[in-house]
Amino acid sequence: MTSRREFLSGSATAMGLAMWPDTVVAQATPVKIGFITTLSGPGGYIGEDIRDAFRLAVEQGQGRLGGVPVEVIVEDDGLKPAQAKTVVERMLKRNGVKLFSGIVFSNILAAVVPDVLDAGGFYVSPNAAPSTFAGRNCHKNFFAIAWQNDTLHETAGLAANELGYKRAAILAPNYQAGKDALTGFRRTFKGEIAAEIYTRLDQTDFASELAQIRAARPDMVFQFHPGGLGIAFIRQYAQAGLAQTVPMVVPESSLDSTILAAVGDAALGITATTHWNADFPGEANRAFVAAFQAKYNRLATVFASQSFETALAIGAALRAVDGDLSQADAFRAAMLKADFPAIRGAFSFGPNQHPVQDWWVIKVEKGADGKPVLVTRQKIATGYGDSYAATCRL
Amino acid sequence: MILFFEQTLNGLQLGVMLFLLAAGLTLVFGIMGIINLAHGSLYMIGAMASAVIAMRTGSFGLGLLAGLGAAGLGGMAIELGVLRQLYARPHLDQVGATFGLILLVDGLATMIVGRQPLFVAAPQALSGAVTLWPGLDYPVYRLVVIGVGLLVAVLLYLIVHQTRLGMLIRAGATHRETVRALGVDIRLVYTLVFGLGALLAGLAGVIAGPLVAVQVGMGEQILIGTFVVVVIGGTGSIRGAFLGAMLVGLVDTLTRAFAPGLLKQVLPASEADALAGGLSSIAVYLLMAMVLLVRPEGLLPAQGQTQ
Repeated sequence: MTSRREFLSGSATAMGLAMWPDTVVAQATPVKIGFITTLSGPGGYIGEDIRDAFRLAVEQGQGRLGGVPVEVIVEDDGLKPAQAKTVVERMLKRNGVKLFSGIVFSNILAAVVPDVLDAGGFYVSPNAAPSTFAGRNCHKNFFAIAWQNDTLHETAGLAANELGYKRAAILAPNYQAGKDALTGFRRTFKGEIAAEIYTRLDQTDFASELAQIRAARPDMVFQFHPGGLGIAFIRQYAQAGLAQTVPMVVPESSLDSTILAAVGDAALGITATTHWNADFPGEANRAFVAAFQAKYNRLATVFASQSFETALAIGAALRAVDGDLSQADAFRAAMLKADFPAIRGAFSFGPNQHPVQDWWVIKVEKGADGKPVLVTRQKIATGYGDSYAATCRL
Repeated sequence: MILFFEQTLNGLQLGVMLFLLAAGLTLVFGIMGIINLAHGSLYMIGAMASAVIAMRTGSFGLGLLAGLGAAGLGGMAIELGVLRQLYARPHLDQVGATFGLILLVDGLATMIVGRQPLFVAAPQALSGAVTLWPGLDYPVYRLVVIGVGLLVAVLLYLIVHQTRLGMLIRAGATHRETVRALGVDIRLVYTLVFGLGALLAGLAGVIAGPLVAVQVGMGEQILIGTFVVVVIGGTGSIRGAFLGAMLVGLVDTLTRAFAPGLLKQVLPASEADALAGGLSSIAVYLLMAMVLLVRPEGLLPAQGQTQ
């Protein structure tokens, strides 16, 4: 019978042996991707979609992205910046991760990404892209795949002009992305702002705000409330009888297919702007939507589409350096080419490494089966970049 | 004027929701001496069970029964399985154990229901708005919420002050050993009290279903507000919980509604909006701080708890 001490020293040796090949034959081991995302609390479904779509891409490549074996280390940040910071520190120091992705919320990104960049790591964002990383403080190792936060809302402003609205009530939660949202909408909307309201990021009851909207008598309402917040807002909006009288124009993140499934008919008639929709033509997109539906038994959201493309973009760059992230310049150059089959259609990076792409107006209509569905209507902007690119010097 | 009236109604509605949660929390703390962080989980259990059943059967009524049943039974299971071991322990142990329960229940809910938010519609008869005043259309559902909350408050008051169970509850809170010496099974009373608290949390969850997103984590969101209510009202007191809930509901709603307008009288618009946003986030905590300064025991602390 072995003593406890022997057992412990034995397992320590075994662990040491297991670690050994890692340091010697770096090429044979998969590239580690630190995937920090929000998997708990309201909004947890967004992180779940982002994780699942990324995994789908890895699975379709049989454990490889761009032919390079990868290991995706998924961790939940719980929508807590401090928790995310601890996780990223551990991944950087203990796991030697150099490549990160996955973050949903801008406030988490702001807390975590500077640490990654300071350590010489790369961050490829499948979602959040706050203004603070797009302009003067842009960084050569930071890439955004989905959008720059403001463009979501700038294009909603363009759509509102197109629809002829003159007085808007605008609402967003009181945090960085919410402020970016209202700034972005104001930048392009030509009419008058009848009311500007900040909500709380943990708010679920919007009765007070709805009364303020009614009192302001606007032509339209623009609101940015992602995830569970958006579900509560749209439902209460319909219950208050506002849906029939004041039309709503929103960015796509306030009306993804999950929100739509949860609010049902309350969403009929809402207009949104987007860079991707499930009904987009193109073989690559159809294949993605079908594969996601088959594997996870739910309709892919816009968040899932972005994350799938993030995986493809990373794959294209990994292929160029054969998985060797120490060739940082070559990896960056390959990322910038954006040499991957984007399911949204045309895609390229602007000078600040944020997307330049087309934007579309979509509308909630009754589908063939009687359930509400997001239908693409018209293009609202072509080759649209963001308003911070000019101030970025790389 | 109409806006003020409407916002007052909104405040009342938020208040009764908070009351349903705070009543259970304060009952359990006042009588059993347990700090139950997992109270929000019972709210989530109620909301989820009712959403799942209402979706399957298409009947809000069956959903209501399922929500109440799941929360009540879940609560009693938690009392029998976990909290019973904690009565004699320090509060810190209780906080640790009930925090663990939050993680456990959230994990189970994710496994069973998933992270996708659930859809639950208000009953057809209660959807839509009713004209209370020329120019004031108010959602019927919110009026019903206010009605149910007030009804529950009255019922609870009657149970605690007029029934034999209520007498045992009140006596058990202050003179546990005496009650036991009289041959009353105090453990059974505790289980019942906890079940009652869980039932109220479940009711709040069912009611909240058609308003908010039913999903994992919804309990934690509302928990802090509930604790503020209990602290303001005075721990252990149902009347305190009612007063505290109404105050918090009104203060929260009215600052959100009117602080921006008032601040715009003295500040530029963009600064006023930003400051008002911050002010409305902390208004209830300011209220709590002020109450604690003047009355450290809360506004209406339970009798016998003050020594």
